[in-house]
Amino acid sequence: MSKFIIKRILVMIPVLLGVTFVIFTMMYFTDGNPAQLILGDMATEEQIHELEEEMGLNDPFFTRYLNYLSDLLHGDLGTSYVTGQPVAKEIMDRLPVTVRISFCCMIFAVAVGIPAGILSAVKQYSILDNLSMVLALVGISLPNFWLALMLVLVFSVGLGLLPPSGLYGFKYYILPVVSISASAVATITRMTRSSMLEVIRADYIRTARAKGQSENVVIFRHALLNALIPIITVVGLQFATTLSGTVVNEQIFAIPGLGKLMVDAIKARNYPVVQGGVFVLAFIFSILNLVIDLIYAFVDPRIRSQYVRKKNKRQAETDNRKEVPA
Amino acid sequence: MSVKNPDMRPELLQVKDLVIQYETSDGIVKAVNGVNFSLREGETLGLVGETGAGKTTTALGIMRLVPDPPGRIVSGQVFFEGKDLLKENKVQMRAHRGKDISMIFQDPMTSLNPVLTVGDQIAEVVRIHEKLSRADAIKRAAEMLQIVGIPAERMNEYPHQFSGGMKQRVVIAIALACSPKLIIADEPTTALDVTIQAQVLDLIHNIQQKYQTGMLMITHDLGVVAEICSKVAIMYAGYIVEYGSIEDIFEDPRHPYTKGLFGALPNLKKKVHRLSPIDGMMPDPANLPQGCPFEPRCPHRTESCTQKVPEGIEVTPGHMVRCICCAQGGGK
Repeated sequence: MSKFIIKRILVMIPVLLGVTFVIFTMMYFTDGNPAQLILGDMATEEQIHELEEEMGLNDPFFTRYLNYLSDLLHGDLGTSYVTGQPVAKEIMDRLPVTVRISFCCMIFAVAVGIPAGILSAVKQYSILDNLSMVLALVGISLPNFWLALMLVLVFSVGLGLLPPSGLYGFKYYILPVVSISASAVATITRMTRSSMLEVIRADYIRTARAKGQSENVVIFRHALLNALIPIITVVGLQFATTLSGTVVNEQIFAIPGLGKLMVDAIKARNYPVVQGGVFVLAFIFSILNLVIDLIYAFVDPRIRSQYVRKKNKRQAETDNRKEVPA
Repeated sequence: MSVKNPDMRPELLQVKDLVIQYETSDGIVKAVNGVNFSLREGETLGLVGETGAGKTTTALGIMRLVPDPPGRIVSGQVFFEGKDLLKENKVQMRAHRGKDISMIFQDPMTSLNPVLTVGDQIAEVVRIHEKLSRADAIKRAAEMLQIVGIPAERMNEYPHQFSGGMKQRVVIAIALACSPKLIIADEPTTALDVTIQAQVLDLIHNIQQKYQTGMLMITHDLGVVAEICSKVAIMYAGYIVEYGSIEDIFEDPRHPYTKGLFGALPNLKKKVHRLSPIDGMMPDPANLPQGCPFEPRCPHRTESCTQKVPEGIEVTPGHMVRCICCAQGGGK
């Protein structure tokens, strides 16, 4: 098992390299001159040239990319053009807020989506099922920034119940979390329903009923445990999308998170911050994927034995090799 | 048969006029149409018929496990030790399942839960019905595994680590764990290869003999029936067309369908140039013929066969045939 984890961590290296290359290239070809932006409209041609030289903006593409990589390896994500602060520090200031929001979103999505999906599957074609499927369709279809604006309009402007922006307490979390996680709730509900429907018809569910087991245990112990794999996949993916999906909604709710930092940085051609932000997000994605794979193994003994069997096979092969000369 | 004076034993299971239908988009599928049979303690009844004849639905009906929707038990009675199972409430019914009546399913590959260890799955049924601690239930599970010929050390393994025959043994262990009075075996050997079939069949038969449980053996293999059953019911398109003791059916088959089944069997003693199959296909259960369900394929059909479904006629005591030829004294 530990061998599997190490292997997966090693696979992350080329993935992250690819990410840095793509984002660096995109930023390289983007319009706008950072030197000009830093110095402002009043700067002279000479001053700009001087600063360009100083920042290495005139170096060839690969030189700049390799410089960036070597800085990255030393844990240096660069310096923000706008504030002059290290990018790593700026990101670490903002990241906890985004992670906290995403985490709340996922807890909300799982707490609503999985029970709704189970209920839909168990009472298939009932009013409850139809209702939750319609709501799920709505949840998937509505863009989350639009939903955010509408929620603000109704609950803050109209009813005055909830604060429209900022992040100073529990109440402030409600609107962002609901608006960001709407599509996650919907996707998880639908996936839970279809996965449960498939499993509920399985022979081993009939076996469990034939044992005289109560319906609750049949559904939660026998069916849900088997239906969990696709649900976990979706939850993991939704977590990742939520992390990056907060970008626009952080803007709407004026939440000082990673999303807002990156949007501001893109507007200001603040390359190091954009690159750093994307890199950190990609890193979190990779870790999340690894965690999902490990949860698979925890839930499903067949997947677990695959990981272990590979190890045993290799063990057996080396044993055989040892035996041959003797 | 080893049973002496079988008629003296009390009645264990009695199915009366059981009707089960499935409501589908193509109309109502009449899967079981007024089935009658009975079983005494320690007796084995073979329920024989081709695929789609309604055998499994009958079995699920007894357990009240017919998937609803689309299935529905329309009418009839199922007496188990004198109590009508169809009138029991859900909790009472759950108390019967696995404890009084248990079922061995057709496909061992899919009838075990892939994410639970086999030990857990056996212990589960014990814990539902007997007030045992977890440790005692596990101990019982280990004993059950040994009874069906699997080393107890393997109880912490998962179903995917077992072969098909071994899985079927686990399913049997689950079925036997609470020493039920009636076992319903739904084609327990169909999914297994021939050598394993014999082993599993022997195992079931030995256990049934040892504990004197009643058994309803569902199969389409007349060889299996000859080996272990004392009574036989031949099922066709949801009807029991012939029903009697094993001697009645094997030595004196009356219904043209039963005769057709035997005609399609290879026989070592007789020299036959070709086996004679039954022409045609079983009728669509959503669209059964008005008269005798076997009429379209029957070599002896007459005009009156198409009029109405023939009643069951007792040709000799305990030997029922659903054919008008027999009513007219013909049939042979």
